[in-house]
Amino acid sequence: MTGSLVRAALDRAASVGAGREGLNILVAVNPHAVADAESAAARGGGQRLLEGVPVAIKDNIATLDTPTTCGSRILAGYVSPFEATVVERLRAAGAVVLGKTNMDEFAMGSSTEHSAYGPTRNPRDPCRVPGGSSGGSAAAVAAGIVRIALGSETGGSVRQPASFCGVVGVKPTYGRVSRYGLVAFASSLDQVGVLAQSVEDAALALGIIAGRDPRDATSAGRDVPDYRSAVRRAATGTTPLAGVVVGRPREYFPDGLHPGVRERCDAALNTLAELGATIRDVSLPHTTYAIPVYYIVAPAEASSNLARFDGVRYGARVQAEAVTAMYDATRSHGFGAEVTRRILLGTYVLSAGYYDAYYKRAQDVRTLITADFRRVFAGGVDLLFTPTAPTPAFKLGSISDPYEMYLNDIFTATANLSGVPAISVPIGTAEGLPVGGQIIAPHFGEASMFAAAAALEHALEHSPGAPPPSAPAS
Amino acid sequence: MTDATTGAVTAGTGAYEMVVGLEVHVQLKTVTKAFCSCSTEYGAPPNTNVCPVCLALPGALPVLNAHAVELATRAALALGCTVHPVSVFARKHYFYPDLPKGYQISQFDRPLATGGSLATDEHAVRITRVHLEEDAGKSIHDRYPAATAIDLNRAGVPLIEIVSEPDIRSAAAAGQYLRALKRVMEYTGVSDVNMEEGSLRVDANVSARLRGTEALGTKTEVKNLNSFSNVERALAAEFARQTAVLSAGGRIEQQTMLWDAAHGSVRPARSKEGSHDYRYFPEPDLRPLVVTSAWVDAVRGSLAELPAARAARYASQYGLGAGDIAALIDKPRVADYFEAVAAGHGDAKAAANWVLGEVLAALNATHMDVRAFGIQPAALAGLLGLVRDGTISHAAAKTVFAEMAHSGEPAAVVAQRLGVTQVGDDDALNRWIDEVMAENPAEASRYLAGERKLQGPLVGRIMKKSQGRADPKRVNQLLAVRTGA
Amino acid sequence: MSVSHDDVRRVAALARVGLDERRLPALAAELSGILDHMAVLARVDVAAVTDLAQEGEVHLRPDSGPPIPLLRPLPTFAPLMRDGFLIVPRLATHGGEARHGESPGAPVGNDRPDEEDSA
Repeated sequence: MTGSLVRAALDRAASVGAGREGLNILVAVNPHAVADAESAAARGGGQRLLEGVPVAIKDNIATLDTPTTCGSRILAGYVSPFEATVVERLRAAGAVVLGKTNMDEFAMGSSTEHSAYGPTRNPRDPCRVPGGSSGGSAAAVAAGIVRIALGSETGGSVRQPASFCGVVGVKPTYGRVSRYGLVAFASSLDQVGVLAQSVEDAALALGIIAGRDPRDATSAGRDVPDYRSAVRRAATGTTPLAGVVVGRPREYFPDGLHPGVRERCDAALNTLAELGATIRDVSLPHTTYAIPVYYIVAPAEASSNLARFDGVRYGARVQAEAVTAMYDATRSHGFGAEVTRRILLGTYVLSAGYYDAYYKRAQDVRTLITADFRRVFAGGVDLLFTPTAPTPAFKLGSISDPYEMYLNDIFTATANLSGVPAISVPIGTAEGLPVGGQIIAPHFGEASMFAAAAALEHALEHSPGAPPPSAPAS
Repeated sequence: MTDATTGAVTAGTGAYEMVVGLEVHVQLKTVTKAFCSCSTEYGAPPNTNVCPVCLALPGALPVLNAHAVELATRAALALGCTVHPVSVFARKHYFYPDLPKGYQISQFDRPLATGGSLATDEHAVRITRVHLEEDAGKSIHDRYPAATAIDLNRAGVPLIEIVSEPDIRSAAAAGQYLRALKRVMEYTGVSDVNMEEGSLRVDANVSARLRGTEALGTKTEVKNLNSFSNVERALAAEFARQTAVLSAGGRIEQQTMLWDAAHGSVRPARSKEGSHDYRYFPEPDLRPLVVTSAWVDAVRGSLAELPAARAARYASQYGLGAGDIAALIDKPRVADYFEAVAAGHGDAKAAANWVLGEVLAALNATHMDVRAFGIQPAALAGLLGLVRDGTISHAAAKTVFAEMAHSGEPAAVVAQRLGVTQVGDDDALNRWIDEVMAENPAEASRYLAGERKLQGPLVGRIMKKSQGRADPKRVNQLLAVRTGA
Repeated sequence: MSVSHDDVRRVAALARVGLDERRLPALAAELSGILDHMAVLARVDVAAVTDLAQEGEVHLRPDSGPPIPLLRPLPTFAPLMRDGFLIVPRLATHGGEARHGESPGAPVGNDRPDEEDSA
């Protein structure tokens, strides 16, 4: 038993072609994975929640045994001298880090095509993207390599790839999970998220990594409920959602919505009603500003967070005669096109003369987006249901216009901007490709969110037209 | 006068008034850094007091030091500022190799405190603001050729920046302000304020305007000031430069000037492309800092007596003169020592004389802190008591003092051992007087006949005969009696 | 809202990202296009926005405790070190201003911006 789960995962990775020449899911494999599993078991673990279970970690989360490159050349080969809190907690629960997954560079992207280490391919259709920026982690779960993977969210980077790959993806409430060790993209939006094959596994993993961390001043002090119990309870009974009011915000079902996505969402809403929920039409009027707000706030904070990559203390350095030339060359060589674009955009909107019109205004409108959620949840609605992504997975290379790519976040970014938790569950297929449905809960409402997601998942698994299960992992 | 050609109005240099505001950075006396638990200890080998946070490694996050907040609050309250219940940290962006994150965590439009003042001899200087920020590391340019060596031990050390209004009108007033500020920081235990170690740094904003006018002239910023006297010299030099330009009809260019102590002059820093765009925005990794009024009141209540209050008390309680008061106020621990001696001895003036005289001399000679001094206040009081009641002469007391500092013994014991206890016994004194008179008959009879000026030399011989132990005061009295005076 | 070539040069310099001049037109066009989408924000009524600065728990740490250890020492990941110092190429200097806290005799760099008055 010891090490067997890890070995099976490594075998699976090999057989699906998880390396660079294949699906390009894993950018690094932990050389000590088997040994870690064996020594942990020998130390007499055995009873821990994730004993010997291999997990995949997005490459912007600091690990000790493998590099943390953030999908960028500027951190090629950089091995962190400290470990992220979330990884520490998973390992304390017995998990073994199998390896690091590919991602859009510095988490900026919606397709995992912007990695310095090549694009990742969707296991469900290798001509298509897995979504992004946590595409590698979503693919690792979808390909059956691991049951659980960590990703990161800033505008939808866990949920959207979950939707594209047909797996579960959850973004916790801002502050629920420590960001210590997550390489910052946009500090007021970033959260570590979980990709998993089942809602229960996602709940289990989130329960392990969540909770106050004294090394992250933005992490919340509230107790962490037992999410897995909430999930197990929800599996019982014929109407587990009796008394639950689920809002259907009209702004997330625009006229031009992809018909296959709409069909799956309508069916999911019917299922929720059959499970006892009351469906109510609601409005979140400031949703239309989500993308403009997000694409001002996130690049602004990113331009700041990426200022530390200067070749002085770590990472790649391009030599030069004078230090400012060294900065210019190091950063222009080290950062890819999308990252460069966002750094320039972010710097522009923070610069003198533009701060008020752009950054400050965007932050003001952001509070209105948050107020929309607060108002709806205070008005008797318990949860919201929406599509996760506007389309199923698109073909590699098919979107080159940056703004068109940004529109992938149209249904997910509002949760990041307002800090509320959200989960994407597979709700079927359109044209043979996975479609995800999103459940959004009030701040720190993960327990009820997981319960509803589990009930929906259970009901859909046992209905005709159920989404094909992802290849099973041990 | 008006220039006939250009029409420009100029004036003689004496018509101008110096207008100065000072920005002082004070390093807070915390054990650990502002945003991480690395030590702030000075002098460690390079890059040994560093961690993921102050190295700005990817994924590291700042967490604010509670004691830094307390010290900053203490300083702000001691300067009479209003401490705001909510203040906000901000990122100040620029690229420099000793600024690891590429931004400094500081405070911008919502600082910790605003609106105080600091009294100097001349007048009060208004304080615009006091805010918290972190220090950068150190760049050393001359250690290796064509390279800069970076030491990040200092990166992340907590600072407060104290900004004054442009209320200072002379170089001397600037020096007073700085000395007063330093004293307040020492009294409140906020900082070591040691310019050589870099725990106090000063930048000055200087402009000139015609006396009697209100509008401020264009200011320049003067940097590279590493001592209070250099601040004064630099301000004088820059003011002289500005008034020369203005009185010749020119205009002041807004720029940074560097003080060159070796040449005693200011020169422009290499010119910049206008002002810098720091792209301030609120620091998302730190929540706004909230302090309750109850907490602020508690900090205010815990403040030790401040210099101004102490000076007033020394005048009224001890009746000391301004010079002595100023000297004691400047050294709070020495002043504590003085108060203990005064309490033990009773005569504050005598205590002040001895503390400011012999004690300070002994401390200076050995570079010792008064708290480590070998004579406890009670022991010094004992010595002064012996002098007052005539047991030893003032001259002998100095010898006893030196021996006490060395051996740690009480005054009476030392005096006895050294055999310098004064003899005040009239019989013994008269015997010595008789002996000296017998040995110097001519002088004696002339003295007794009325030549008063011989009293001094006679006393001298008596002191010599008694090996310094005769009480000179009493000897004088006894001699005078013999003349029938 | 149009982003000019000069704007791109300016922000590239602020962000210290070296840019090939040939990329300027494309970047300027891209940034302009993106920012055009943001123009809609100018029309939003933000009068009702309240100050959210009061929200959130305040987390401070005590002035003590061991520092976070570096599980690999600095020389294992720093690009260039010597005698314990991090080494970078010289600042472009010809006797510019000194930096705070530098030893008095050191020749000085020029790229450290002025510490301007805040606010």
